[in-house]
Amino acid sequence: MRSKAEDSRRLAAFFQGEIARLATRPVRLMEVCGTHTVAIFKAGIRQLLPEAVELVSGPGCPVCVTPNGYLDTAVAYSRRGDVIIATFGDMLRVPGSSSSLAAEQARGADIRIVYSPLDSLAIAAAAPAKKVIFLAVGFETTAPTAAATVLAAEQAGLENFYVLSAHKLVPPALRALLTAGGARVDGFLLPGHVSAIIGEAPYRFLAEEFAVPGVIAGFEPLDVLQAVYLLVKQIAAGEATLANQYRRVVPPDGNPAARAVLDKVYEEADAAWRGIGVIPASGLAVRDAYRRFDAPAALPVEAEETRDHPGCRCGGVLRGEVRPAECPLFGKACTPERPVGSCMVSVEGTCAAWYKYGAGRWQA
Amino acid sequence: MCLAVPAKIIDRQDMMATVEVSGVTRRVSMMLLPDAKVGDYVLVHAGFAIQTVDEEEARRTLELLEELAGHEE
Ligand code: SF4
Repeated sequence: MRSKAEDSRRLAAFFQGEIARLATRPVRLMEVCGTHTVAIFKAGIRQLLPEAVELVSGPGCPVCVTPNGYLDTAVAYSRRGDVIIATFGDMLRVPGSSSSLAAEQARGADIRIVYSPLDSLAIAAAAPAKKVIFLAVGFETTAPTAAATVLAAEQAGLENFYVLSAHKLVPPALRALLTAGGARVDGFLLPGHVSAIIGEAPYRFLAEEFAVPGVIAGFEPLDVLQAVYLLVKQIAAGEATLANQYRRVVPPDGNPAARAVLDKVYEEADAAWRGIGVIPASGLAVRDAYRRFDAPAALPVEAEETRDHPGCRCGGVLRGEVRPAECPLFGKACTPERPVGSCMVSVEGTCAAWYKYGAGRWQA
Repeated sequence: MCLAVPAKIIDRQDMMATVEVSGVTRRVSMMLLPDAKVGDYVLVHAGFAIQTVDEEEARRTLELLEELAGHEE
C-alpha cells in the first residue's frame, strides 16, 4: 500500500507533466473566485506550471467588486445614532469615497463583526430600540444565507432587522467579461462553492456561445492542478466543454433547496460592479413582499457623492487586464496596512494576495 | 469569502444541527440543506450547511485518477 501523501505527489507530478506536454501555445486561464486566488498562491501552483500557462484573477472577490457607492451608503447608515451595522469582517477596512466603516467605528459608530448573518438576529433581539442593518455582500454561495436570515427574522417577528444588499451573481459577470473581450481568457476555473448552489447549467453558455472551456474546481492543490490540466487538455484538442472536477461537492443541479430560499426573498436585478460597471441581471434585490427588511426602501438615507481614487487600477485588475504590479501605487502608497483600493483589503483581493504571497516576485 | 469547511453532523434539532469540525463542535442552520442527516458530511458557510459532501464520489474520483496516472507511467 502506498501512502496518501505518496499518491498525491504522484498525481501532482502526472498533472504537471501533462500540462507541460499539452501547453504548446500560451494560454490565459482565469480563476473567478478569491478563494482560488489564495489557494493558488498558498500551494505555489504558479511555480508548478510552464511559462505558457498564465493564471489571472477575475472579479471573484465579493468585497472587491462592491463599488464605492455601496460603502458610502453603509457609512451613512453607520453615522445614524439609531443604527447598528452587522457585517463580515473583511468589509470593515474597505475604503469608500472619503471614509470606511473602520474609520466610523473608531469615531464611535456601532459596528459589529458577524460570522454568520444569523448572528445579526441575536443582536437585533438584544437591542430592540436600535435598527440592525446586515451588510449583505457575497456571491451565490453567501446570498442564500442572507435570504434564510430574512425568513428567520420574519418568523421570529423581528421588526428592527434590515439588509443592505449588494449580492452579485457570477455567470453574468463572466458573460460581460467575454463580451468586452479585454481579458483574452482561454479558459475558466469556475468557483466550486458558488457552483455548489447554482450547479452546472448556468455556465453552459461559456462553451456554447463563446467556445471557451470551463472547469468547476475544488480548492485543494490537487483539485486546482487537475482543473488546469482539464482546461489545457481541452484547449490543446481545440475543444470547449463544461467539466465538473468538484463532483464530491457540486451535484449537476447544485442545491435547489438553497435556491428556493434565495428566490423567495430576492429577485434578479441590474447591479454595479467595481471596474466593470452595471451588468444586467447580475445582482439581487429584495422582493416587494420583503420590502420592510430592505434597508434602502424601509430606511432611506442620503450618502455622499461617490468618488473613486484616481490612481487605483483595481477596476482593471478585476477585469483581468491589469496585473497588480502594473499599478503605480502597488506596494508603495497602497499596502494591506493602508489600502487605497478594495483589491488590497480582503485577503482574497488580487492585490492583497500578490502582496502577501507574491514573495517579492512582483518587484522584478 | 466563499470559503466553506467540511463538517460532520452529530446531532440535529429541527432546522439547526450540531456539527463537528476537527474536534470542535458548533451549531449551524439547516435551512438551506433540510434533507441532510446525522452522520452526513456537509460544507458549512457563514453558519449554514450549504451542501452535502459525497464521500463515495470523492473516493471514485481518486481511484479514477490513480488509474489515469498509473497508465501513463
Ligand atoms: S495596488 Fe492598491 S491602488 Fe493599485 S490597483 Fe491594487 S488596490 Fe488599487
